[in-house]
Amino acid sequence: MAAAPPLTSAAPASDGHGRRFLALWAVLSAIATPLVAIFLGPAIPPGNGSSQATGQVFDNQVMVAISTPVCVLVLLFVGYALVAFRSRSTAVADGPPIRGDAGVQIVWVVTTTTIVLGLAGFGTFELLQGGSGGGQGPTAAFLPAGHSKAMDVQVIAQQWEFTFRYPTYGGLETPHLVLPANTLVRLHVTSLDAVHSFWAYELGVKADANPGSDDIVYVRLKGPRTFHIHCSELCGLWHGYMFDTGQVVPDAEFAAWIKRQQAYFGPVARYLPPYATSYLPDPQLRAG
Amino acid sequence: MSALAVEARRPPWRKLVGFNLLTAALLGVGGYYLGWFIGHHVTGSSLAFFGDIDQNDLSVFLGYFLGVIGFLVGLGFANYPLARLRGYPPSLREKETQGVGRYFGLCTDHKVVGIQYLLGIGLFFFIGGLNAMLIRVELLRPNAQVFPAGQYLTLVGMHGTMMMGMMSSGILGPFANYVLPLMIGARRMAFPRIEALTFWLLMAAGAILTTTIFFGGFPTGWTGYEPLNDQANAGMDAYIVFFALVGLSITLLGLNMIATIVTMRAPGLTWSRLPIFCWGVLSTAVLMLLAAPVLIAVLSMAMLDRAAQTTFFIPSGGGSQYLYENLFWVFGHPEVYILALPGFAIVLELLPVFARKPLWGYRLAVAGLLGVTLLSWLVWQHHLFVSGINSDLRPFYMLSTELISIPTGFTFICGLMTLWRGRIRLTVPMLFCLAWFFNFLIGGLSGVFLSDVPSDVTTHGSFFSMAHFHYTIMGGLIFTFFAALYYWVPKMTGFQLNERLGKIHFWSMFIAFNSTFAPLFAVGFLGQPRRVVTYPANLQFLNDWVSASAFVLGLSMLVFLANFVYSLVFARIPAGSNPWASRSLEWQLPSPVPVHNFDRIPVISGDPYDYGAPAAPAAVPLPAPAGGGA
Amino acid sequence: MRGAAWKLAGVALGVGLAGVLIGFYVAGYLVGDTKSFRPSVAAGATPVARLTIQTVAAVGPTLAPNPDWVSYLVRDGSGTWRRSTVWRLPAHALVHVTIYNFDGASGLRNPFLGRPQGLVGPELIDGKPLTVMPPDQPSHTFAVPELGVLVPVAPVADDAKNQCGYAPCALSMAHRTITFTFRTGKPGHYRWQCFVPCAAGFLYGFGGPMQTIGYMDGFLNVV
Repeated sequence: MAAAPPLTSAAPASDGHGRRFLALWAVLSAIATPLVAIFLGPAIPPGNGSSQATGQVFDNQVMVAISTPVCVLVLLFVGYALVAFRSRSTAVADGPPIRGDAGVQIVWVVTTTTIVLGLAGFGTFELLQGGSGGGQGPTAAFLPAGHSKAMDVQVIAQQWEFTFRYPTYGGLETPHLVLPANTLVRLHVTSLDAVHSFWAYELGVKADANPGSDDIVYVRLKGPRTFHIHCSELCGLWHGYMFDTGQVVPDAEFAAWIKRQQAYFGPVARYLPPYATSYLPDPQLRAG
Repeated sequence: MSALAVEARRPPWRKLVGFNLLTAALLGVGGYYLGWFIGHHVTGSSLAFFGDIDQNDLSVFLGYFLGVIGFLVGLGFANYPLARLRGYPPSLREKETQGVGRYFGLCTDHKVVGIQYLLGIGLFFFIGGLNAMLIRVELLRPNAQVFPAGQYLTLVGMHGTMMMGMMSSGILGPFANYVLPLMIGARRMAFPRIEALTFWLLMAAGAILTTTIFFGGFPTGWTGYEPLNDQANAGMDAYIVFFALVGLSITLLGLNMIATIVTMRAPGLTWSRLPIFCWGVLSTAVLMLLAAPVLIAVLSMAMLDRAAQTTFFIPSGGGSQYLYENLFWVFGHPEVYILALPGFAIVLELLPVFARKPLWGYRLAVAGLLGVTLLSWLVWQHHLFVSGINSDLRPFYMLSTELISIPTGFTFICGLMTLWRGRIRLTVPMLFCLAWFFNFLIGGLSGVFLSDVPSDVTTHGSFFSMAHFHYTIMGGLIFTFFAALYYWVPKMTGFQLNERLGKIHFWSMFIAFNSTFAPLFAVGFLGQPRRVVTYPANLQFLNDWVSASAFVLGLSMLVFLANFVYSLVFARIPAGSNPWASRSLEWQLPSPVPVHNFDRIPVISGDPYDYGAPAAPAAVPLPAPAGGGA
Repeated sequence: MRGAAWKLAGVALGVGLAGVLIGFYVAGYLVGDTKSFRPSVAAGATPVARLTIQTVAAVGPTLAPNPDWVSYLVRDGSGTWRRSTVWRLPAHALVHVTIYNFDGASGLRNPFLGRPQGLVGPELIDGKPLTVMPPDQPSHTFAVPELGVLVPVAPVADDAKNQCGYAPCALSMAHRTITFTFRTGKPGHYRWQCFVPCAAGFLYGFGGPMQTIGYMDGFLNVV
């Protein structure tokens, strides 16, 4: 066979397998997708603690909804093929010599490309809504509305604990994170030693803490709640124990809390380095 | 008298003297102590200068390197280069002895190297799997202290590192080395000695990694992030040396594959007739050749940081951990396609045989493989979306990562349409290939979630991404590894593997695998980070389910081992030269394949997918008389 | 058939060997200093536990495989110093802790950690209450982040006479005495650590003993 075989289907078109399969797929997708959206959708994490978190929930819901017909397509196809095209005889018989079908290939390539480009565009759109809770490095490009009036809070990660500084309150440093409700907060995440990652689950915030570098993340907080903080970058022995609980509280309670912290940690304030977006403290290389 | 007869008459103890594994082990240990000695005495006073008063990484590194050199010299790898330096004429192969001894030393027969790879990688796969079982034991309770917390991190790191390092060559090592020359009508690989070297480098590397526990283990996981890397005990050195040797091994492996496919195809085997498996091997080999050197470079810098107190990756010394992260992932992302592409190739190669139809969309499938290869260089920063990289870059990498699902989809459509209207036979290799569709579908879709930046903020660094890569790597590579094994072991050994036990292995593995990793998507969504030894109490049920399933998965591997040993040691039922009725060239040879492969190199007149064409001759007629063909 | 019997023996031998090797392998990871120590407890409505510990600059060859690592040691009922950092304490109890520190200053990376936190009553250094310790002074800290406990440990002066070499250190040698009390809460496993970068020879002083249970890290098993 010196010439390449023609790229057309040589199978008879009249036995209806293709139409039957597509019909089955359409029906099953039409049933499954709403079911998934209704029952699985509301349970999609991470929750409603901030606009960023809500944005992530929406994003995840959309992708779960799009994944459903794709899953049904592939799984139904394999199942259908195993039922309809199983070899019925013990002798090894060949199937028809179909080497390709230009039409199917074009449809597949165009459809997958469209879905993929659509998802990329959708993700970029979500990202533009203020960064989606992900760390943006020292110069954030995706700024939410009102970012110039955002409240700065610094997260300092060290082996193996997070501490927090409030530059708007004179560089006050505290061991726990308390934030005022319904506020746009600009978190500056940095590290004193290894690479950590600040993950505030219910707020939908995740930003790596890098030594000598600032990682900015915007979070527009909603109502009062408790949220969980985990370190999500392996940083040594107690990485798994580097967790904490944070609070989002009403403004009055926040102000009272700040006062209490200032009173208790006043004595150490004079030893703290001036507030900066990153620190490289001594001892730097080897222990003294 | 003949050389073989002389060989047979030597007293047994004389056979132990010479360039073999025993000598290699002795010289390896000797080299290690020599390096240790040099490190201690040459750098003794300079340690105080360097400030590294507690551990002598230089000794450890020198020890490992001289140990590896001693090991390779003991095996005989230096003999040919030294002989050539002394003016001996070039020769293609070492003098081959017969018998089982060939498998325990330097042998330049590609078939022997393939079987060595199968057994060697299998051994380290089981060690890595054992680590996984131990990890799941620790995670049975939120506050279990079965393993001290530092040892747990070493377990996690060992599991990942051993698997990633060894399974990079998981399909190319055993199967491409054995089958590729047979598929393209050649008698050997392009560089037989380099082929043997890649195997023994990998074995030396694996041995070195298992010694990490004697130095305190390493706390960084398989990614070895700085600055934690620099802070670690001397056990970290074993990781660095292991990965550097693995990088060297796969660079050379890729080189060999490319040279063989490009230059040693039989007459008539044009690119459009090349089996899809060979295209997959070629794509993987290109990635290996180009990506692994980056790994060697970044590990060399890490080694200097640890041993000579440079600060490539330490910010307070003027370096940056971003440099490590980016260099590592420039290697690391092509690395995962090095793991995934052979799986695509195996599925596309085996489906025509068991659906009895030509491969559907050959050119589209090749385009898919090459597209993945090209795009895999452009996506690495999706591992770094929340790490503080320039945020302008993120839409670009989101787009490029989403785009890579298009060529991956080509593999899906070509495989699925090959099944359409076929005459499907559910043999054990076919079952593993069908499972690939299920597993890689879930793995690929979860990858789409992770490529979307907002979704990645939810799931990065959590068990969701762990479930994703286990579905793609274990579900994609390991399942197809077993497909290839069940398919080609009858050719390699001449004996059948038991079908019943094979099906038990498949079903127990498939069910246990999904039961283990599907809940981990939920665990990650619910907020459990990776590599942690404790977790919130409300996740205990899910973790226990996963651990129990993982133990069943481990048991399914024992079923496989039982099948392997039983079929090949006890039952030994001959398989015949073509038990699968495949049209591919390697099945037109007897099983096991004779040393010289082909009596006469065939002339190829078509591709091996000519199923169903009624009057089609055998795709590759061998000139008569064939060497005992089908 | 004799052939099959030999093969069976060979396979059985292989399985046995594999089992032994696996056993060694697993045992290698189980090795670690996690034996727990239970200090004396005075029962009552609120149980009261007393813990006496010392921190040393070099633990010495008799007590550890790494002789020049810094370490915590705990004194058991018979007065012997043991290298154990996993302590079993009662829940909802008061724990009175005495630390004898024989080590010199290393200094804090984060000066914030010089202010004691989470204690019942003040931290006493040689009997005098401490408000905050300047950041270049702390020799070690004792911190239980989940309980909010943080105690900076005062140093032995660099020029002090009769400094301790290898542990265990006798009270006749130069030392500082730090006493404090904290409350345990619900039962659980609470990790504790030192926050001073005191691991000489490791980057940021946080490697080696600072990342190994049995030296500068441990657990409070509150039951």
